[in-house]
Amino acid sequence: MTIVLNGKKEVLEQQKSIRDLLISKNIDPNTVVVEYNGDIVKREEWANIFLNEDDVLEVVRFVGGG
Amino acid sequence: MLDSNQQLRYSRQIILKDIGYKGQEKLLKSKALVIGSGGLGSPVLYYLAAAGVGTLGIADFDTVSISNLQRQILHFTRDIGRKKVDSAEEKIKNLNPDVKVIKYPYRINAENIEEIIQDYDVIIDAVDNFTARYLISDCCYFMKKPLIEGAVVGFEGILMTIFPGESPCYRCLYPEPPQSGTIPTCVDMGILGAVAGTIGALQALEAIKVLLNIGNTLSGRILSFDGLNLNIREIPWKKRKTCPLCGENPVIKELQEYEIKCKLKH
Repeated sequence: MTIVLNGKKEVLEQQKSIRDLLISKNIDPNTVVVEYNGDIVKREEWANIFLNEDDVLEVVRFVGGG
Repeated sequence: MLDSNQQLRYSRQIILKDIGYKGQEKLLKSKALVIGSGGLGSPVLYYLAAAGVGTLGIADFDTVSISNLQRQILHFTRDIGRKKVDSAEEKIKNLNPDVKVIKYPYRINAENIEEIIQDYDVIIDAVDNFTARYLISDCCYFMKKPLIEGAVVGFEGILMTIFPGESPCYRCLYPEPPQSGTIPTCVDMGILGAVAGTIGALQALEAIKVLLNIGNTLSGRILSFDGLNLNIREIPWKKRKTCPLCGENPVIKELQEYEIKCKLKH
């Protein structure tokens, strides 16, 4: 299955939740916010949303320095 | 009216059809507040001062230290130990005597921020911590002040322009602060000066566009900058219905200060 992650195509071997995808990418879920198919989804829902073909995901890190 | 020196000084931007003589007069009458005069605040202040933004407020409680100098280009080696607002004022005055500088040499907090920002046309967030960012963004929302949000860490940066009530707010991006101890933003994570310079220059550009009401600002979208791979992306971003600040059932109705600790490098 192919999804779009931060503008790039990404092939998933098996269906994954948003949370599992982040962990497989070595992204600590506490350090990002996620937009899923144009909607912003709450952190608590990430483990329950399973990605499907052509889903579009934007993962934005917390950046706060200056 | 611009005097003959001003007509020469600003000639390269007066010639721009989106600015012109009227735009320059407007800039000279405008007031911008830059909170933080470090890695982001330095380029923001330089460019706003050079462009002739007539009044620049600078809020920074800090003093210059040697480790600031690889990125905070308003401050020089001889300024070590000086208050950053004083060092910044000197450079700005030398660059452009047209600019009036108002200094706030103390830490902004829930008690003083409203009074500080009330007189300004645009606010530029150039601070180095989330506590101040939430305070600034909430206050700008309550006081309906346009806000230019920019932040950097490592080789990365983000940018967004916020028109309170109209475009997504800071909390539509980050509803609540990161969990204490999870985010590496502090001193030991590192930052390259040119990365802060890039985002700061873009913040100055956005501020000038907001002041002149020209072009398309970065509202309703986020710019994500990855300097190491030189990848710049624009991410469309919507208002969050559940936003705790500007959503359908807001829960934040007054200013609050979070205590957020950064992750320490081990």
